[in-house]
Amino acid sequence: MNGLGKSWRRHRMAYLFLTPALVVLAILVFYPLVKGILLSMTDMNQYNMGTKFLKASYHFIGLGNYRTILTSPEFWQITKQTIIWTFVNVFFHFSIGLFLALLLNRQFRGRTVYRILLLVPWAVPSFVSAFAWKWMFNYDYGFINLALTKLGLQPIPWLSHPTWAMVAVILTNVWLGIPFMMVTMLGGLQSIPKDLYEAAVVDGANRWQQFWRITLPLLRSVALTATLLGVIWTFNMFNIIFLVTGGGPVHSTEILVTYSYLQAFGEWKFGMASAYGVIILSFLVVFSSVYYRALHQEEKVF
Amino acid sequence: MKTNNAFTWKRLWGTHVILILASLISIFPLLWIISTSFKPAAEVFDSQIHFIPVTPTLGNYRVLFTMKHNIFFNWLGNSALIAVSTTLLGLFLATTAAYALSRFRFPGHRASLFTFLLIQMFPGALLIVPLYQLMRAYGLLNSWFGLVLAYATTALPFCVWMLKGFFDTIPLEIEEAARVDGLSPFGSFYRIVLPLSLPGLAVTAFYSFITAWNEFMYAMTFMSKEKLYTLPVGMGTFVNQFQSDWQYLAAGAVMITIPVIVFFFFAQRYLVSGLTAGGTKG
Repeated sequence: MNGLGKSWRRHRMAYLFLTPALVVLAILVFYPLVKGILLSMTDMNQYNMGTKFLKASYHFIGLGNYRTILTSPEFWQITKQTIIWTFVNVFFHFSIGLFLALLLNRQFRGRTVYRILLLVPWAVPSFVSAFAWKWMFNYDYGFINLALTKLGLQPIPWLSHPTWAMVAVILTNVWLGIPFMMVTMLGGLQSIPKDLYEAAVVDGANRWQQFWRITLPLLRSVALTATLLGVIWTFNMFNIIFLVTGGGPVHSTEILVTYSYLQAFGEWKFGMASAYGVIILSFLVVFSSVYYRALHQEEKVF
Repeated sequence: MKTNNAFTWKRLWGTHVILILASLISIFPLLWIISTSFKPAAEVFDSQIHFIPVTPTLGNYRVLFTMKHNIFFNWLGNSALIAVSTTLLGLFLATTAAYALSRFRFPGHRASLFTFLLIQMFPGALLIVPLYQLMRAYGLLNSWFGLVLAYATTALPFCVWMLKGFFDTIPLEIEEAARVDGLSPFGSFYRIVLPLSLPGLAVTAFYSFITAWNEFMYAMTFMSKEKLYTLPVGMGTFVNQFQSDWQYLAAGAVMITIPVIVFFFFAQRYLVSGLTAGGTKG
């Protein structure tokens, strides 16, 4: 107790400065998080959640929601879709983002202009981007099909065919996510000391060798962090799917977050939706820790 | 000079071709929306491609501005009020927390830093149900204050990490000198650190504003009265009401995007340097 009091006096200033943010986080993040975990073990829905005049009457049902979810074929189908969605997106974000960053890292006139233009997808509200792409994917009058017809090709049923719909939302999100990777990689590239390359040139290394022996190894930590963030963000990306396809046709583009939202505010099954939320969070926590452990293992080896 | 230019062009023409193509793909959806917003219906639903409207019109904007007792301006006002409030609250929360994390070493320092990172992982889809219940219990559904709280929290982790990076670059000696001259810790924070990190503050403000201005899921869920909608939610209902009148929607989309793009062009340099400063100085 005494130690705590002493510690408080010594660090009073730090805690004072930190308090406003922590209070807000406690109320709006940690309390809802705990509450969400508790709700996931109830049968709460729109009828039993209670109103001003009616007492809440939902019950604790233990792991009932989890059992229902884990034994339903939809869950496994949607999990599969979520994994495909996340993997394909992050793969293209990373490869194209890195490629553009390498181009922009060279010295030439006009690269600021390119950088600004390439950042545009990041600046446009994702709501507007989703709408713009949905309009371009329109079967009869969308730009893409008009252009395909002009080239003598068949129009594509972008939003009404399950596979094409997945292609459409992934195209939209790849376009949306490249700028973040590009900027992060560019930052990483610019922090690599120039004399390393000069030394390599003296030793007779060609461009390809420089890339594999200097650029990639030194970019590693930035790239790994950005990829982890990318996986988390893509896994949780709600707007694009909800606004471009709405998860359709027949749930073929649904991912776990959109399905969880549908459970809550489409079917009004709050308990079930919370269980989905907890499952999503567990996936991400397990993935992140495995990811980090694997990195540490690797570091020990080298 | 001229030969020099010709020389770099010759050496880098491949780079230029790729970057020009990439830039075109990058900006095309936005340009196409802008073009659509100035087209009359006959041209929008035409099987010919018109990059530039043949008979440009402001009619779509007129429809947008005058529908249902000018409700568009209601939505615009709501969005502006919520975004500006979020910016102010976000600045206050992020600067204070980042200052504590940058300048003091205290029990719980690493844990706090880690917490701010971890929050990134919480899906909105998990928090939205309990948040909905919480806001319902305290009468914060259909209230702009509830949304501002939710948005400021969403933007907080990123802002804190980035501002900490900025504060770390300000030499401690400046502050120590000011303390000797009799300034309190609050005084040196307010008079020295904040003015010296204006670019960082600009990025924080930009990021908070954009988070609030663009958000869709919370706003759609927490605001059920049409008059209280934010711009994205209002435009979202538009899709259902007008079915396939893409030209009106395009006009609305342009209206939502303008402030963001203007902001972005001023902030983009700081945004890029801010991201790298915050990222490398963890």
